[in-house]
Amino acid sequence: MTAITESNTTHQPVRKELLIDGYEVVIGIEIHCQLNTDSKIFSSSPTKFGNEPNTQANIVDLGLPGVLPVLNEGLIERALKFGIGVNAELGMLNTFDRKNYFYPDLPKGYQITQMANPIVGKGYIDIVVNEGEKNEYAKRIGITRGHLEEDAGKSVHDAVTGMTGIDLNRAGTPLIEIVSEPDMRSSKEAVAYIKAIHQLVTWLDISDAIMAEGSFRCDCNVSVRQPGEEFGTRTELKNLNSFRNIENAINREIERQIDIIEDGGSIIQATMLYDPEADETRIMRTKEDADDYRYFPDPDLLPVRIEQHTVDAIRASMPELPVIRRSRFEKDLGLSEYDARILTDSRDLADYFEAVIESVGTEHAKLTANWIMGDLLGALNKEDKDITKSPISTEQLAGLLKRLNDNTLSGKLAKQVFTALYDGEGGNDVDAADKIIDAKGLKQETDTGAIKAIVEEVIANNQAMVDEYKGGKEKAFNGLVGQVMKASRGKANPQQVNQILKEILD
Amino acid sequence: MTTPSTLQSQTPISSIREDSICTTDILEVAKLSRLAVDEEAAKNFADDIAKILDMMQTLSSVNTDNLTPLANVHEAAQELRADIPNADIDRELNQSVAPAVEQGLYLVPQVID
Amino acid sequence: MSDLHHLSVAQLADGLKTQQFSSLELTDHFLKRIHQLDDKINSFITVDEEGARKAAKAADEKRSSGDAAFLLGIPMAHKDLFCTKGLLTTSGSKMLHNFVSPYDATIVSNIREAGAVCLGKLNMDEFAMGSDNESSYYGAVHNPWDIERVPGGSSGGSAAAVAAGFVPFATGSDTGGSIRQPASFCGLTGIKPTYGSVSRFGMIAYASSLDQAGTFGRSAEDCAYLLQPMVGHDPRDATSIKREVPNYLTEMHTSAEQADANKPFAGLRIGIAKEYFGQGLDAEVDSNVRSALKQYEDLGATIVEVHITDPAITLATYYMLAPAEASSNLSRFDGVRFGYRCEQPKDLADLYTRSRSEGFGDEVQRRILMGTYALSAGYYDAYYTKAQKVRRLIVEDFKKAFEHCDVIASPTAPTAAYKLNTALDPVTMYLGDVYTIGVNLAGLPAISMPAGFTETGLPIGLQLIGNHWDDSKLLSTAHLFQQHTDYHTKLSATAQESI
Ligand SMILES: [Mg+2]
Ligand SMILES: [Zn+2]
Repeated sequence: MTAITESNTTHQPVRKELLIDGYEVVIGIEIHCQLNTDSKIFSSSPTKFGNEPNTQANIVDLGLPGVLPVLNEGLIERALKFGIGVNAELGMLNTFDRKNYFYPDLPKGYQITQMANPIVGKGYIDIVVNEGEKNEYAKRIGITRGHLEEDAGKSVHDAVTGMTGIDLNRAGTPLIEIVSEPDMRSSKEAVAYIKAIHQLVTWLDISDAIMAEGSFRCDCNVSVRQPGEEFGTRTELKNLNSFRNIENAINREIERQIDIIEDGGSIIQATMLYDPEADETRIMRTKEDADDYRYFPDPDLLPVRIEQHTVDAIRASMPELPVIRRSRFEKDLGLSEYDARILTDSRDLADYFEAVIESVGTEHAKLTANWIMGDLLGALNKEDKDITKSPISTEQLAGLLKRLNDNTLSGKLAKQVFTALYDGEGGNDVDAADKIIDAKGLKQETDTGAIKAIVEEVIANNQAMVDEYKGGKEKAFNGLVGQVMKASRGKANPQQVNQILKEILD
Repeated sequence: MTTPSTLQSQTPISSIREDSICTTDILEVAKLSRLAVDEEAAKNFADDIAKILDMMQTLSSVNTDNLTPLANVHEAAQELRADIPNADIDRELNQSVAPAVEQGLYLVPQVID
Repeated sequence: MSDLHHLSVAQLADGLKTQQFSSLELTDHFLKRIHQLDDKINSFITVDEEGARKAAKAADEKRSSGDAAFLLGIPMAHKDLFCTKGLLTTSGSKMLHNFVSPYDATIVSNIREAGAVCLGKLNMDEFAMGSDNESSYYGAVHNPWDIERVPGGSSGGSAAAVAAGFVPFATGSDTGGSIRQPASFCGLTGIKPTYGSVSRFGMIAYASSLDQAGTFGRSAEDCAYLLQPMVGHDPRDATSIKREVPNYLTEMHTSAEQADANKPFAGLRIGIAKEYFGQGLDAEVDSNVRSALKQYEDLGATIVEVHITDPAITLATYYMLAPAEASSNLSRFDGVRFGYRCEQPKDLADLYTRSRSEGFGDEVQRRILMGTYALSAGYYDAYYTKAQKVRRLIVEDFKKAFEHCDVIASPTAPTAAYKLNTALDPVTMYLGDVYTIGVNLAGLPAISMPAGFTETGLPIGLQLIGNHWDDSKLLSTAHLFQQHTDYHTKLSATAQESI
């Protein structure tokens, strides 16, 4: 891991390996992240959408004559959590501005947003690029600001022939727009940044952040330049709805821009659309069509002042951030960086892991990590589920690991118990592992005398193998162990079997 | 008993436009405002607004150097709304005033994004 | 019962209480007057005869079952920019010619809950932009004192209806003088309360930081009766302020009882600013207002000289800020979800531009253009920000003035009601607001009350401006004055017509 460098927008050291045909890529990202309040930003309409158009838009969302906005207090806490999470200066004085433009999905003819005094000011987030690969490196990305604003509605093009339908259910849904510095220098850095923000907002439980559903939307501003020169003209890639699309779209846009410049052309500032089918970017509209938004303070909303004690209370109530938790897993629990990172992928997973550790003891952290990352996540992944859907509770997994640790189970038997637990055979019982062990008779045989009896019997019945071993064929020993295990129906303690077999034969 | 005027300093500012508003300005602003204004109307509006802007020239004489803009006389913190959803929404009633509705959607001429 | 419309609100309440007449009889009396006389006044856009009679019957039933709410069964009417559920709400515009509001403004439901019976919706300048009520899509309103003259605006219909004896009192809205100036032109008392005291929810916005709802009556007392249920914090309006609401009537009556019989205004310092008596003030208005102020002095008040911001600067500030807010507030009128839509739009741009150009009148379009210009990128700081800074100065100047006085007095308008179709150019028309707009920029309460008449018998108004939240003091002061004078008891020509 390379040391984290300060975010320095224009004068970052150039990474030669990231240059493409000698061009340096510059990327800044705007993320519109839906905050998970129950009601909308300026009205009491529910934020949970039904499918019926315009059933979740009340008179305020519809912008009827005479209606007024009132800010939802649930947003302040969420936005501040984010601000603290990205080490930002917090906007203690919040004001709201109108961004004026006409569009049918924008009911009032203006969007209420925060232009002058946003709730989140300058901050940063540390990211890891090429995670888990040889060329992995860390980087600090600057956050310019995060501001609260309302979402627009949706245009529906296929419902009524020859007409566009307007559904305002989404109008007024609360968003925080997170604007980064133009600090990213490759599509991989862009994706790593977006993943880091995504992890943070879900970790803080301030957003569902489901890209495919539009509750986490990324716009990427891309330009290229010769290293050391001023920023080139940028284009904006809009509405990218998966990590794969983001990476591909940026790469295609870089190629397009370099081609134009190489051909002696120049880049026109434009909004681009990425077509995943054709894997190419296309101009949607150019800057000349852009409106003059006539921002001005919304006279319907008074300033919102945030008190220091509010910030202090929120800070105190915040969960340990992923970076901090990860380093604690490494330092205090002795996990590898790799394991620590996987286990802090989501707060639910980290919580799960820690709940198990709590019960089995920190000295078994590595064992616990292995079981969760290997068996449990493996099984869940197969079903495309995350840890919150685990059929095995933390107590149940701890119960299993305890039996492994006290030698009741061998590793092999433990896998059988795990499968049974996963299939729900132990029900919801806290001691499900023990019940399964009892019911299936999976208890490991550790009685020396009993094992010795089996070993002797196996030796008597497998004279040929014994002879081979004695003749110097080490492999034959394993064959004998296997026979003993088989004879004990898998229950004999493997270490003891080894030991006793050696004692008798050697 | 006369209170001292806060408007004594008469430092002119140069930022207010010297030349007056013209027909082209009006056409531009009309486009932003989504108003269909033809040349003729634009000329009339320009004449009127030029007079109004003339009247505004007096603002240049006011020294506002150390003043912050005032957006609303109540700069007190506003009351926020508790995050409690209310699903009581009568779409039929709300759409009874709409010019064109089908399948619960407000209709406009086709928009190609 | 032919002169029920001459009774004060207190007398009407007493008549209902003592069963001299029922709410239905009262309502029918006013409805009949409207039917017979409003043709020449044009104060109503919508008369809700059915709804009014129904409400009146319900009020009578409530009263017989013991409900003793003061306003129960007393007729009133709303300016047509207050949304009324199930009733046409036009804001004086073709844009809303078909807008039957799906909801009630907060003040509309408050007044209904207080028991008053709404007779209908009152004419106004389109979107409250105007000072003579000639910009209404529903035609000009005629002044009941002289039907050749304007009633003032933008709440011209409200003023005319009360002055004509069509309703005892009415609501209005005041962004730059739209209650006080028509009150002055129509010989009424009108109050524009402190900004933030009355909910703006459901009041169709002109300039949000300046708009405030208020009331018209023939006396300060009548104004107070209607204002009382309107005042108070509304959780649906973020600019409405949470604070205790005084009982205007109790305070008014107590202060009248406690006042010295000969010097009732002893201790009251009235500020006079020479800026309010300068160039452009009609001589008759000047002399009448001065003599009314002399009466205040004779009744014990002290006159002190104060200084307020140059009215020319205030006017410029107002006409920069108000159209800017309006240009944005009126963007929602786009022909998509409600209101006027042009015939056969060929595409979205056509839908927008034609609906808006056909739906909005000239003055509205002028202010939208002006406001858009002021907010546009090149001019924002020079115009809009500059005006917002000057606004702070105006507030400061008032604050300083109130260190020296309790109320500030001025003429309400530079002239009495002028002739219809005078076709003033915009700047001259705007000059008519010169004494009233500072109040809106500073968010102060102000009241206009009758204070004399021209040679030809047209009413002249005196404006009293109070400090923030001194609404009750203003009402009490005006009430006390009206206890000792009779300007407010004079009736317009139409009010004197019996039917
Ligand atoms: Mg943006
Ligand atoms: Zn945004």
